[in-house]
Amino acid sequence: MAKNRKKVLTSGVERFNRVSLPTNILFSLIFILLALLTVIPLIFVIIVSFSSAESVRKIGYSFVPLEWSLSAYQYLWDLRQIVGRSFMVSIGTTVAGTIIGLFLNSTMGYVLSRRSFALRRHFTLLIFIPMLFSGGLVSTYLINTQVLKLGNTYWALILPIAVSSFYIIVLRTFFQTTIPDSLVESAQIDGASQLTIYSRIVMPISLPALATIGLFLTFGYWNSWFPAMLYIQSSHQHMYPLQYVLMSIEKSIQFLTDNAQFLITQEALRSIPQESIRMALVVIVVLPIACSYPFFQKYFISGLTIGAVKG
Amino acid sequence: MKSKSRFTRNDAELLLISLPTVIWYVLFTYLPMFGIIIAFKNFRPLPKASFITSLIKSDWVGIQNFKFLFATPDAWIMMRNTLGYNAVFIVLGIVVPVTLAIMISQLYSQKLAKTCQTAMFLPHFLSWVVVSYFLFAFLSTDKGLINKTLESMGRDLITWYADPKYWPYILVLLNMWKSVGYGMVVYLAGISGIDQSLYEAAIIDGATKLQQVKHVTLPMLKPIMIIMFILSVGRIFSTDFGLFYNIPRNSGAIIDVTQTIDVYVYKALMSMNNIGFSSSAAFLQSIFGFITITTANLIVRKIDPESSLF
Repeated sequence: MAKNRKKVLTSGVERFNRVSLPTNILFSLIFILLALLTVIPLIFVIIVSFSSAESVRKIGYSFVPLEWSLSAYQYLWDLRQIVGRSFMVSIGTTVAGTIIGLFLNSTMGYVLSRRSFALRRHFTLLIFIPMLFSGGLVSTYLINTQVLKLGNTYWALILPIAVSSFYIIVLRTFFQTTIPDSLVESAQIDGASQLTIYSRIVMPISLPALATIGLFLTFGYWNSWFPAMLYIQSSHQHMYPLQYVLMSIEKSIQFLTDNAQFLITQEALRSIPQESIRMALVVIVVLPIACSYPFFQKYFISGLTIGAVKG
Repeated sequence: MKSKSRFTRNDAELLLISLPTVIWYVLFTYLPMFGIIIAFKNFRPLPKASFITSLIKSDWVGIQNFKFLFATPDAWIMMRNTLGYNAVFIVLGIVVPVTLAIMISQLYSQKLAKTCQTAMFLPHFLSWVVVSYFLFAFLSTDKGLINKTLESMGRDLITWYADPKYWPYILVLLNMWKSVGYGMVVYLAGISGIDQSLYEAAIIDGATKLQQVKHVTLPMLKPIMIIMFILSVGRIFSTDFGLFYNIPRNSGAIIDVTQTIDVYVYKALMSMNNIGFSSSAAFLQSIFGFITITTANLIVRKIDPESSLF
């Protein structure tokens, strides 16, 4: 017995130290189940979006609709004035927000990574205090609308969520470990200013970290709806990003159904594939994310692990 | 080395680079911090006066806003909901991801582990708006999959969005569904960082798999668990607005079990237009949040200085 164990050990500790086969099968089944639980709702919504209005009316949302149909997407295409515009708002704020966010977070991250900086302690405190204490929604809302006059502007969708102390700490940690003081000092001896060093040396060699934070920002902006809900009034619907249209199309469809009997005939109401329209819009919002995140996943994970380093 | 006491050209350049971000912090975080005094004021926007002048000129009313707030039953319900849900989230948010991370690290097939992990990470990238539609597809009273199934079985339909008794479970499950993949990734990174020789030593001592988990894996994960714990305890007075506002579809019938401080503050500000109520609730949230995170950190620092957050 003892001899046998020793032999296995030398042939590979990992192999020896594995869980038993039945346990492995049980664990595998559990994880397959959990993975399905996360993917099935998405598949379900995609199926509903391709179901005909007739099918939804008869058998409700179903994995096997009576009839497949593109009418929901057709209808969204007819609504392209609204939907297309929101799509552009979403893309525009996402791109602009990611660029602005990367600039604001990386500059502070770089500055905090320089040990020689006289104000390093002060600025560390500056970004740290807001992690513990915040002014709360009411005062933030009033300041942003009354003092900064952000109401009904695209800036309201971009600026309030551009900077995060967490991103700054991740970047600072990265710069600290990859850009030695000696590198900066030798560039300074060559006559480079800190601005040149930041833009010509630090940025190019920090692409992996910038990619990570850039992705955090991109997904954050694409998914954001709260600033739109707070700062864009219903009189400025053309400024709604897609996520918020999704929230409010619900209201407008609800409104339509509630008042349908006074406005249009039952026949006309039935012809609008309203149930599948919502789901088609969900698909349009989710699909870019669902298709791209598996490829970016490793950047997220590296960001999370750098962020876990205490400093 | 440069002297730290003098402000050199290097310092000036670094200050210049970071200036935009410093301004951002002042405008978007520090200005609102001072705006918090609004909770002690009877705020009235004065005509033709800037917000700051109106704020300064409006009367101090002491704790009157708080008295009014706590005279309503809403105050207690939202406190109970916020703390109750968060307590459950904190416990499950550590126990479940740690357990799953340990389990997934034991799978024979790395490929299966990777695929499942990727799939379970998906909900993290979805907004609550989107998730609310996922849920609606199942729970809708007249079209939802569950009710249609009940119907075909000849059972009574459930009006999900009007019946409070299901919501605590729905919200907890959904929150786990959305966050467990993320938590698992964090702990899995911790597990892969553990020195393999610790396990080898444990095996030589005859440790079973469970003993290895108890005596090697868990102690090595303790620092991450503690940091995650402090962070979530520090946020015990705030909730994920999307979860409690979008998921119940703002349904009035179930408000007793879904309204948290954040939802209340938003509604008081926007639909009731009551700055007194909303600002006092927001004030309590900020102050208590600050107290809890510093206290949690202090306690951890007393017990184990290495694990504390700051």
